[in-house]
Amino acid sequence: MSTKMFGARIKRNIDPQLLIGEGSFVDDIPLAGALHVAFVRSPFARAKIKSISTEFAEQHPGVAAVYTCDNIGALDLELPQLIPHPCMDSPRTQRPLARGDVYYVGQTVAMVVAVDRYTAEDAAALVDVDYDPLPVEIDLEKAILDGAPLVHPTHPNNIAADLVQISGDPDSAIAGAEHVTKIRVQVDRSTAAPMECRAVAATFDKVMGELTVWDSTQGPIAIRGGLASIFNIDEDKVRVIAPHVGGGFGQKVLLFYPDELLVPFAAMQLGRPVKFIEDRRENFIGSSQERTQIHEIELYAKKNGEVIALVDRFLHDTGAFIPYGIAVAQVASTSIAGPYRIPNIRVEFKAVYTPTVVVTPYRGCGRPQANFAIERAMDKLAEELGLDRFEVRRRNLIADHEFPYLRKGLLFADGLPVSLDSGQYHKALQLLTEKLAPEEFAVQQKAARGAGRYLGLGLSFYVEGTGLGPYEGGHIKIHPITGKVYVNTGLTSQGQGHDTVFAQIVADQLGVAVTDVILVEGDTKAFDWGVATFASRAAVVSGNAIHKSALIVRKKTLAAAANMLEVSADDLELRDGAAWVKGSNRSVSLAAIATATNPLRYAFNESAKAATQFAPASKHDGPPLAEGQHPGLEATDYYSPPSATWAYGVHGAIVEVDPEICAIKIKRYVCIHDCGNMINPTIVEGQVMGGIAQGIGGAMYERIEYDTEGNLINANFVDFLVPYATEIPPIEILHLETPTPLNPLGVKGVGEAGCIPVAAVIASAVEDALRPLTHEHFYHVPITPSAIHAALKKAAPAN
Amino acid sequence: MSRAKIRAKLPTKSADPTVDIELTVNGERVSAEVSTRMLLSDFLRHELGLTGTHVGCEHGVCGACTVLINGVAGRSCLTFAAQAAGCEVRTIESVANKDGTLHPLQEAFRDCHGLQCGYCTPGMIMNILSSFNSSAPLDLSDEGIRDIISGNLCRCTGYQNIIAAVRQAAKAMSLG
Repeated sequence: MSTKMFGARIKRNIDPQLLIGEGSFVDDIPLAGALHVAFVRSPFARAKIKSISTEFAEQHPGVAAVYTCDNIGALDLELPQLIPHPCMDSPRTQRPLARGDVYYVGQTVAMVVAVDRYTAEDAAALVDVDYDPLPVEIDLEKAILDGAPLVHPTHPNNIAADLVQISGDPDSAIAGAEHVTKIRVQVDRSTAAPMECRAVAATFDKVMGELTVWDSTQGPIAIRGGLASIFNIDEDKVRVIAPHVGGGFGQKVLLFYPDELLVPFAAMQLGRPVKFIEDRRENFIGSSQERTQIHEIELYAKKNGEVIALVDRFLHDTGAFIPYGIAVAQVASTSIAGPYRIPNIRVEFKAVYTPTVVVTPYRGCGRPQANFAIERAMDKLAEELGLDRFEVRRRNLIADHEFPYLRKGLLFADGLPVSLDSGQYHKALQLLTEKLAPEEFAVQQKAARGAGRYLGLGLSFYVEGTGLGPYEGGHIKIHPITGKVYVNTGLTSQGQGHDTVFAQIVADQLGVAVTDVILVEGDTKAFDWGVATFASRAAVVSGNAIHKSALIVRKKTLAAAANMLEVSADDLELRDGAAWVKGSNRSVSLAAIATATNPLRYAFNESAKAATQFAPASKHDGPPLAEGQHPGLEATDYYSPPSATWAYGVHGAIVEVDPEICAIKIKRYVCIHDCGNMINPTIVEGQVMGGIAQGIGGAMYERIEYDTEGNLINANFVDFLVPYATEIPPIEILHLETPTPLNPLGVKGVGEAGCIPVAAVIASAVEDALRPLTHEHFYHVPITPSAIHAALKKAAPAN
Repeated sequence: MSRAKIRAKLPTKSADPTVDIELTVNGERVSAEVSTRMLLSDFLRHELGLTGTHVGCEHGVCGACTVLINGVAGRSCLTFAAQAAGCEVRTIESVANKDGTLHPLQEAFRDCHGLQCGYCTPGMIMNILSSFNSSAPLDLSDEGIRDIISGNLCRCTGYQNIIAAVRQAAKAMSLG
């Protein structure tokens, strides 16, 4: 076999197309005569709608239609609640267009369809909605108090869900503790801010009865199922395509955004293609967000720093609705003990309705908040016990021989108990220690302080349950004319390089060039069994499914080639797009084999001619296809993970804080990371670096700000600070590769990893830097200059 | 929905005032009648079919829509098509070599894994080319390159590989 592709730093197949400007994002799809959508959105966080008048908008030149809840037929419904859980009592979801009430600023109230977006926006301004505003409470802690204004009258104290999970025997452990550390931490709301906002286009062919939808989504199969159900069309007549998608980070997998139903509806009603291209303001006020949680965490420990019990209570802001269920809070609660043994855990959360944009997973999905809670608490424990921050972690990390490490009683998002499957946690911490050399740093820090400069070191250790089921599939077919290998799976890519990593897996089994493996995904006509791209699951679940399918095709290929070359399959090797008799120059190309395995050959091409020069591909009597035999070289198989597989890592940074201007400069940032076997280290590093950049955004810059009336006051890129290159330092990455025993490829997910520990790293480092100036702790992110200023001011009140 | 339903008569144009414009796009003379408020980005994408220029924020912050206007980087989302009348506009579609091979800067982005979703990439490339074309001295230190791309947001890469790509390309092009 040729050089192994799995593990190689292969350049991406997709890049040339994207680099020359020939990508195919939703708004790039040419749709002749397309009409454009603009929405009328609620200007109030909570209000009753008294009346809606669309008359002037309808008369506006260039307007094709105006829709409200009264003329959208079957779409005038509460959208589905997708992941039920007994801890939610009658969970509330949104209606595509508001009926009677609005619940957040930005909620869709009416939809205008016109010849272009400019005209549609003009007409949207002519829709006259009469509102009766209601009182609101935006503050999470106040929203649960008696007497607080309710988002939904059905839900007292705005509680959407309340869940307690217990592992071990926390009460007994607490009774035996010698020390307790208690802190309150808060992570503020952020948003995914993909560079391409969401987009949906649809066309309905009434002759064929086919609805085609292009959707910048992470889950086209589910969208297809929903559209077919709601519109009562046969699933085969609905095709959903997620073409190139310009970033997702979780925001593009909600079933459904109103536009995902209303745009196809309008296309069917009007007989013309219709598109909705979300603008940036709408992405802020209309597409889901995540992060606000307030944790009160308690660590019960022995004097030596060994943590024997953990109690955490937290509030989780779910926004105005809870369509995605408790996923974010559940992932946070089950990740709360991180990489530490801590055998006794009690974790309780309350998910709280607030009259704000809906909360669903954003890269990290609750893990950054849980990490901030446990890691800040570990730092505080170290401080209180007079221990080094590295040492307190060392004393609690799970040892290599203790895997799999079960947290019985904590059910993860896949419904299964948390079971950390493998890792080298101590080695990872050791590597970070070597890289950052904390003892040498302490000397530099002291010297710098003497010169009036404030350096600090911070660290954070994280775990990430990845590769959630239930399953994905892989279809592989060798093209009989070109010999190229076509691969399909039920996912979509938003930049992760699936077309390259999946090609690497296949290339190893079939002996073809990575560039000759062509992945077609994100299209329900190409493959329509599967879940979606989220939860750091693509490489794990689809990767292994594709690997299994490749093994079948390999076997079929060798069997057919053995017949054609009249040798034993054991004497063959697959390389350079052909089957070769080992140690000879005799070979037959994959194209010829694929052709020969089809009893009906259309001999229009070279590979068909070539195939005739060999013995038959199959040796059997009777009909051309033997019982159970299929034409061609093709297979479909599936992979269903037994449970999540847990990746992990530890990050550390050295920062300098300038107390004059309250600015943080990250001088070094080191990441030790383990996602099992790496298919393509370059792509892994890309995922990690991108995640860290988003983590730095959340740690220092990005905060979604609502005023007390529920207006999102920084719904633009001028005021919501996504980091530019000038804010992101160089990242030093070291890999460990501990294969998971849970899947054939030994891979774990990596998509979300980077962002998880960053807030705790920065907070830890800033605190360390400013120790001579303030004893304040940094338990709230983002750490803005104002936060640093406030901490310094508290330490030194004005005279 | 039903085939028996007679197709509704729908409008095909707005009542916007229009203006005739003439400009050069990627070396070709183009003339068109456009709405006075049509953005250059919409004109390039939807009137000319040059969809390589992307729109990320429509308020001039993210840089995804960057094109060259008379050789200098400009935000096509903040420019009206009518303002570009008489100008030479260059978009990402004009960057690769005539034989279809990648420009050294495009090649460098690929070599260095300087793109993931690829949405910000065309604007990033046009902006970098503007700096490469400029007569101002090119600072290829990390800080200098960060400064060159400080008008472009990327949400995927964390920028480090883009910085490496800029350096590689500048070297390949004997700049700086």
